[in-house]
Amino acid sequence: MLQAVGLSCRRGERRLFSDLNVKVERGKLLAVVGENGSGKTSLLRIFSSLLPPEEGSVRWDGEDIHQLKELYSGQLMYLGHLNGIKDDLTAVENLMSSMALAGEPCSESGAKEALEAIGLKRLVHRLPSKVLSQGQKRRVALARLWLSTRPLWLLDEPFTSLDTASTAVVTQRVHAHLQRQGLVVVVTHQEIALPAERLQQLRLAG
Amino acid sequence: MSHSSMWDSISGIIQRDLLLAMRRWSDAAMSVFFLVIVVSLFPLGVGPEPAVLRTIAPGVLWVAALLTCLLSLSRVFTPDYLDGVLEQMVLVPQPLSLLVLGKVLAHWVISGLPVVLLSPLLGLQFGLDGEALGVLVLSLLLGTPTLSMIGAIGAALVLGVRGSGLLVALLVLPLYVPVLIFGAGAVTSSMAGIGGEANLSLLGACLVLSLFLAPWATAAALRVALE
Repeated sequence: MLQAVGLSCRRGERRLFSDLNVKVERGKLLAVVGENGSGKTSLLRIFSSLLPPEEGSVRWDGEDIHQLKELYSGQLMYLGHLNGIKDDLTAVENLMSSMALAGEPCSESGAKEALEAIGLKRLVHRLPSKVLSQGQKRRVALARLWLSTRPLWLLDEPFTSLDTASTAVVTQRVHAHLQRQGLVVVVTHQEIALPAERLQQLRLAG
Repeated sequence: MSHSSMWDSISGIIQRDLLLAMRRWSDAAMSVFFLVIVVSLFPLGVGPEPAVLRTIAPGVLWVAALLTCLLSLSRVFTPDYLDGVLEQMVLVPQPLSLLVLGKVLAHWVISGLPVVLLSPLLGLQFGLDGEALGVLVLSLLLGTPTLSMIGAIGAALVLGVRGSGLLVALLVLPLYVPVLIFGAGAVTSSMAGIGGEANLSLLGACLVLSLFLAPWATAAALRVALE
């Protein structure tokens, strides 16, 4: 269970939100929506522990994440605006090295399967990532969803520059994760095609 | 967290950085050429007097090594910061300072080790004798990892700052002074016949100290840069 208690966040002089309380149970997806600049990404970064909140705390299964530290990082998979992939490496190398870095190393065949699951054909696997399109790069980053065993997923605009078919595939993957009692927080401007009982929405006023 | 996943993370970082360096070998090659050119400029400017060249050799070689290291600092964290890998690194369930140590080690292999390996050849150009060459290599072997360690703190502190290239030089060069003094001093005193052991021990002490403090300071700076 992920819980935000009395969170407030300030960027520079601007107060983005204050006294924000939200509780997400396992098996549910929290969609954070709101206008540009309303603090959606900041909230996700607070959830990921990259950004300390000005006030309040985030709790994972009842415990403050700043006390859990590495125990908490071991529970989460974060995908920000940036894809975290290297232009000079191929899709397979990128995926394998980010999984190894996260402490969940995968085999080459595992990486290829994950890339195929998200619709990147074998032809693309051997190309350096700098020649891939934005959508293809995003898919290389999202392929981690097929390999990670972490219960908590924090995704910042995962569907940006994806085509309709890939969006559906990623949504399916998220659904499967929720069915296995996973927990997902998504920052998005799009409707997510999931059963209503799985969805929970948080609108930031801005 | 288990030791095996800690090792997976650290070796993952080292392997990726070395692979990237091989893909972009021209960057590393340019550093090496820079070193060779800077060192070769001195005989041209100072004149071919062997005694003079031998006297200035330790200082010239060490300053050139220092500048070469400085040039490569922008490649330690900036690319990772820009493409989002740094975010992923901070969220790895392992102590960030250990991952930083892995990155600095990779940086040293890419930019420090070539300097160490090339130094006897460059020393020969200045007419250094066998013993002085040995001390030169040893002093660089002990000193260049310290340069990478201290440099990493500076590189992390200036992440996301405009004009960071010059700023990192201003931050880091004063901190390099002790290493420069002990390193060049080791070679000079061995040439003077009093042996370089004292200076080499001090270089070793600098290395140990930076191994303990630099990764921790760098990790703290990286977290601040990402906030």
